[in-house]
Amino acid sequence: MFMSSDIAKPGTTPERHIVQPTDAQHPTVLSTEGLHVFYGDKEAIYEGDLKFARNQITALIGASGSGKSTFLRSLNRMNDRIATVKGRIMYRGVDINQPDIDVYEMRRRIGMVFQRPNPFAKSIYDNIAFALRLRGVTAKNKLDEIVETSLRQAALWDQVKDELDKSALALSGGQAQRLCIARAIAVKPDVLLLDEPASALDPVSTSQLEDTLLKLKQHYTIIIVTHNMQQAARISEYTAFFNQGRVLEYDTTSQIFTNPQVQVTSDYVSGNFG
Amino acid sequence: MNSKVQNKIAIGVLYGIAGVVVLILLALVGYILVSGLPKVSWHFLTTPAKAFLKGGGIGVQLFNSFYLLILAMLISFPIALGAAIYLYEYAKDNWVTSVVRTAIEILSSLPSVVVGLFGFLFFVVKLRLGFSILSGAFALTFFNLPLLTRSIEDSLHTIDDKQREGGLALGLSRWETVTRVILPAAVPSILTGVILSAGRVFGEAAALIYTAGQSAPALNFMDWNPFNISSPLNPMRPAETLAVHIWKINSEGIMPDAKAISSGSSAVLVIAILLFNLAARYLGKRLYKRLTSA
Amino acid sequence: MTKSPEQLEQELKRRSKAAKLEIWGRVVSFSALILIVAVVVAIIGFVASKGLATFTTNHVNLWDFLSGKNWNPSLTDAHGKPEVGALSMIVGSFLITVLSAIVATPFAIGTAVFMNEISPNRGAKILQPVTELLVGIPSVVYGFIGLSVVVPFTRSVFGGSGFGILSGTCVLFVMILPTVTSMSADALRAVPRYYREASLALGATQWQTIYKVVLRAATPGLMTAVVFGMARAFGEALAVQMVIGNAALMPHSLVDPAATLTSVLTTGIGNTVMGSLQNNALWSLALVLLLMSLVFNLIIRLIGRKGRLQ
Repeated sequence: MFMSSDIAKPGTTPERHIVQPTDAQHPTVLSTEGLHVFYGDKEAIYEGDLKFARNQITALIGASGSGKSTFLRSLNRMNDRIATVKGRIMYRGVDINQPDIDVYEMRRRIGMVFQRPNPFAKSIYDNIAFALRLRGVTAKNKLDEIVETSLRQAALWDQVKDELDKSALALSGGQAQRLCIARAIAVKPDVLLLDEPASALDPVSTSQLEDTLLKLKQHYTIIIVTHNMQQAARISEYTAFFNQGRVLEYDTTSQIFTNPQVQVTSDYVSGNFG
Repeated sequence: MNSKVQNKIAIGVLYGIAGVVVLILLALVGYILVSGLPKVSWHFLTTPAKAFLKGGGIGVQLFNSFYLLILAMLISFPIALGAAIYLYEYAKDNWVTSVVRTAIEILSSLPSVVVGLFGFLFFVVKLRLGFSILSGAFALTFFNLPLLTRSIEDSLHTIDDKQREGGLALGLSRWETVTRVILPAAVPSILTGVILSAGRVFGEAAALIYTAGQSAPALNFMDWNPFNISSPLNPMRPAETLAVHIWKINSEGIMPDAKAISSGSSAVLVIAILLFNLAARYLGKRLYKRLTSA
Repeated sequence: MTKSPEQLEQELKRRSKAAKLEIWGRVVSFSALILIVAVVVAIIGFVASKGLATFTTNHVNLWDFLSGKNWNPSLTDAHGKPEVGALSMIVGSFLITVLSAIVATPFAIGTAVFMNEISPNRGAKILQPVTELLVGIPSVVYGFIGLSVVVPFTRSVFGGSGFGILSGTCVLFVMILPTVTSMSADALRAVPRYYREASLALGATQWQTIYKVVLRAATPGLMTAVVFGMARAFGEALAVQMVIGNAALMPHSLVDPAATLTSVLTTGIGNTVMGSLQNNALWSLALVLLLMSLVFNLIIRLIGRKGRLQ
């Protein structure tokens, strides 16, 4: 294994190093092409073309303000109201950044979980069931079934199965975050975007959450923004390193952490950043 | 004079001012209750007023006040809710929004007598609704809309944006998110605002004297068909409210016990407002607890 | 399971129920907002058109209206012109507003300082809920108390009828006191805690801190509170009408019967015939009232803007 200083010979490292996933077992589900994101006149993302492999976990890392969260939120157009997103976002061959795409239908396929757990002020059961009801799933047994499966997949079922009527606001942080994951997967998305989902959790909850994510990847394509490099190393297959609005390096996670090609990446993953 | 002495004097003066204010306020409430409460009895609250004789009650006026309040709230709440949702959830920060906000501020600062006069001109005269519950309810609606809108907007503001993101991320529209996630969570605070504004509406008189009118024809409390002229529910009948009654009998009252009736009515009015206030605090807290705990 | 991109694109471009609801919700909530704006426009439009009729149809000179001292719309003066001089009411309204604000301001700000700076515990527990409750007391109750307590008191001290500017001022003072106090307290509460700490740490006494730091920092908010109270006093109709005596004469002393715009309006509008000069003249008073409330609104905005700039 190289130490980062071994490869850090000034002038010899490339400025960017992008290796898109090519694993035939895990074809691309989502990709960005020519993506530019503007907040007003300020350009927040200008080089961010990535391909995401199906049923794999891809981590987006980088310092705060590097654009990784903006990038993630652009993928299911959560930033539509505050930012201008140019370029194409290809989801299974369809550009979902076209104006006539129905964003609501699209977001059911590309779901999102946020930094701070945001359970609704409803019962645990209703947190999961109510979006389904709005989409016409009204049969009680069907709802029960989806609630149970989602909670099981999010590894929360055993803790809450006897108190599904309890207010979700009474859950602990880790439980609440897993409820949010259960809520997101209940609408059966294809891709799951997670924006630093563990940053508000204690170490035990974090490690439980990571286990959950590792299990979830057999069903979903997961893209996770994280500050925590150990976390990226533990759970992801691919890692993209963001710096000042660009993806500087993209490769398999093991490459990024053991053999980074770009000086800045190497500094960041070895903790010499800034 | 040295600054420590100055400090002592100043703080002493402030104690004095606060004391005087407390005394004034206590005397005010004390006077209302002490002079009014002895007049209040079941008989007083339920019998109709008498024009020339002693011993009249405020039954009809009390009923009118509540009926007008309920109608005005039924009309103004949906409008205020819609306006608040648009302003808080949809409106972009541009000149149109600022014009609209200015208009709402102007409406809230208009003297209620002006609102009442407009109601008179538009509903009573132009639309030929006459002095009626309906005209009065519309005038009260205009009077109530700006404050209620602002209070609902404040309630929406108390709900974290993360909740909105949560709804959107599930593929819900903003409208579904607001109506199914945000509003239920904001119910305690919205309810508090609604009850407090109800208190204001309940005591309003200037907007009503030329809209709901200053007379309270006898009602037949057995007849609940809103199309009958003596039915309490008939929205086309003139309806003097309790607050208007106090003004009316003091300005041109000819009953011999006008003062006693005013005292009693004032006490009833103030107690009603007090109850609205307490109910707002209590229900708001209670609902919030229910929402956040098991 | 796998769909062709064309199929998927079609699915993603079909308008969902959510999208339809979204449009519906936007339209509904926007209509509510437009309705409120329409009400404001209608009120201003109607009152203005009625109020201007005095000058357009009845050809009353605007200056005569604003500066004339005689108010007898049913009579004509020596030149055959109707007597619609509103000056006495305008003066009455301003006098009563300014006087009540002058009296109320020190009490309101003093109490706000007391409950915020000197005894925050008692302030939060007792004074604040009480003032907030009193804000909600209906103005007719203030009028009734004025009539049954203040007027007889004035009568016994100063003689005369007891009705007049002084009684009106007393009633309005008590009426706006809770409002101004409660808003002043809000303004003081908005002053950051470290302002006080910094001042006290420099060795200033509590009074110096209050006077030189807290009150200075809160000035725009306190001014807003006072102007807001004045706007309320200016527009108050019934409470004033009950105690002022309703004599549309130039006030010569504080204890003679006088009139305000609102008091003449409330007593007069029911006793005149729609469309007549007497009636139109009253609508002109309503227009003055409306314009003044716009002016108060503007002042509050200007204070707010200035406060932000600082």
